[in-house]
Amino acid sequence: MSSPMQFGIFSVSDITRDPTTGRTPSEAERIKDIVTIAKHVEEVGLDVFALGEHHNPPFFSSSPTTTLAYIGAQTERLILSTATTLITTNDPVKIAEDYAMLQHLTGGRVDLVMGRGNTGPVYPWFGKDIRQGLPIAIESYALLQRLWNEDVVDWEGSFRTPLQGFTSTPRPLDGVAPFVWHGSIRTPEIAEQAAYYGDGFFANNIFWPKEHYQRLIALYRQRFAHYGHGTPEQAIVGLGGQAFIAKNSQDAVDRFRPYFDNAPVYGHGPSLEEFSELTPLTVGSPQQVIDRYAAMRDHYGDYQRQLFLVDHAGLPLKTVLEQIELLGSEVVPVLRKELAENRPAEVPDAPTHADRVHAKYGDGEPRQARPTAAAGNNLTVGGPYEDSPALAPAPGSAFGVAATRKEAVR
Amino acid sequence: MTRRIAVVTAGLSNPSSTRMLADRLAASTIAQLREQGIEATVDIIELRDLAHDITNNLLAGFAPPALEAAIRQVVTADGLIVVTPIFSTSYSGLFKSFFDVIDPDALTGMPVLIGANAGTARHSLAIDYAIRPLFAYLHAEPVATGVFAASSDWGAHADDVKPLASRIERGARELAESIARRDVRVEIDPFDPDAFLGEGRSFGHLLGGLAGE
Repeated sequence: MSSPMQFGIFSVSDITRDPTTGRTPSEAERIKDIVTIAKHVEEVGLDVFALGEHHNPPFFSSSPTTTLAYIGAQTERLILSTATTLITTNDPVKIAEDYAMLQHLTGGRVDLVMGRGNTGPVYPWFGKDIRQGLPIAIESYALLQRLWNEDVVDWEGSFRTPLQGFTSTPRPLDGVAPFVWHGSIRTPEIAEQAAYYGDGFFANNIFWPKEHYQRLIALYRQRFAHYGHGTPEQAIVGLGGQAFIAKNSQDAVDRFRPYFDNAPVYGHGPSLEEFSELTPLTVGSPQQVIDRYAAMRDHYGDYQRQLFLVDHAGLPLKTVLEQIELLGSEVVPVLRKELAENRPAEVPDAPTHADRVHAKYGDGEPRQARPTAAAGNNLTVGGPYEDSPALAPAPGSAFGVAATRKEAVR
Repeated sequence: MTRRIAVVTAGLSNPSSTRMLADRLAASTIAQLREQGIEATVDIIELRDLAHDITNNLLAGFAPPALEAAIRQVVTADGLIVVTPIFSTSYSGLFKSFFDVIDPDALTGMPVLIGANAGTARHSLAIDYAIRPLFAYLHAEPVATGVFAASSDWGAHADDVKPLASRIERGARELAESIARRDVRVEIDPFDPDAFLGEGRSFGHLLGGLAGE
């Protein structure tokens, strides 16, 4: 079911000491908690749960598709997303496979946010160089798109071994790849990339003043139109955000301050008051959060997705669940109403698998990929799937790029 | 067209001899530009007022508004005068931290006049072994003369042969000439596709397949 806006939670998966009790949850505890948190997101009527990816302590989420699949099995409507998927250090072949798999298991309730990752040491662990982060992101994403959209891929690039006649399995659910958002906090090339493909752009909207994200989103919208995907207003924008809510605003400040002051990213830096003024962090009553986030579209234009960070900095599970409850009962219903008001009709709804399938096939039957007996011999005997276009071997070559490139493009 | 000079001064007290030197360097530079028929304005950036913002920027990754404004004044200036006290053989930590939070490419080609002050003239080479390399690294263009003022320069035991005023005049003349030689600094918008893709190019060029497009 499509809706103009999707609301949800995104988690960076930090395991942080609770500064008020001095206690650090175990990995086992925090991993169980994240499942509880995600299920609660659906229970209170929110739409999206997105999970980060990290490969070093104090984070647990090295394997997001495992976690998301487990959550997917215990939820019905919840859209599962990432925050972010590392397009630099992950092999694009594995991303293509893992997320197509997750699509099938969850009935299409999957999309991804691509990010480069800013943890320097991670790159060499995966055989990469952070100084090449941007060229890797550009090359790897181009390959990922081909792996999802073409049954048979011949490919050669700079950052992974070449592919000859490779088929990424399973094929995307209904022949429609997961929707992709591109996340960046400072890099214009990534806004350009999102615009080029007609993908979404996600601004984390947490750590920096809105002006930083405004420039990127304005660029993304303008270039989305430049590449012929629609008007700037039709570009697909997602935003992060951060709130801590209590009925009474002073209670919110008092309860959140110790977590803020010791938070891994901004702790021991600006004061809670300064940071609240300069960034979208809002600590206060439900009405204060509503007012701050209802104004986001004045800064960024009408948009499609709003996620909140609520489970970080050592906040205990009970508090996190309360925060989600308050978002679901008091904040988001009002935001849905306010952000729907005066929303121009041409602004697209938030992306869903069902809408994307409909956009591709209309009322026709979506593709169901059925392997042929020739699977494994993609190049010379038909294609890997019953409905793959019959291959006419290119003159002069039965092997390699020349034999398959055009014919394999669907 | 009017030029803009940014003056970065890292003194901590008030009145500060660092600021006194900065003011004299700025006044002399303006006077010498005027002799060449060029009007110039000055923006003074007192780092003491921005010390908390600079630390917050190091920790949180973004510049609060006052610091953001100061950084913009520096990177868009036609010329830069920088003055720091010498602490423990080098620029002060505050001075270095300010330049650490500026984009390392933003000062490329910027004419810079370096000034420094300390209790004794025995620290004067710090300009050349410590401060000049910083601006060389940033691809700025520091003028040949750096101006060092020791406490004695302000009092009875000043240098009779090359007094501070003449050293200021010489450094400022070099900066004025360097500014006058250049066109007015044009600001490049990093979010302009022509800036990050190259003029008239498309994302396809980044993908490598459209070089001939």
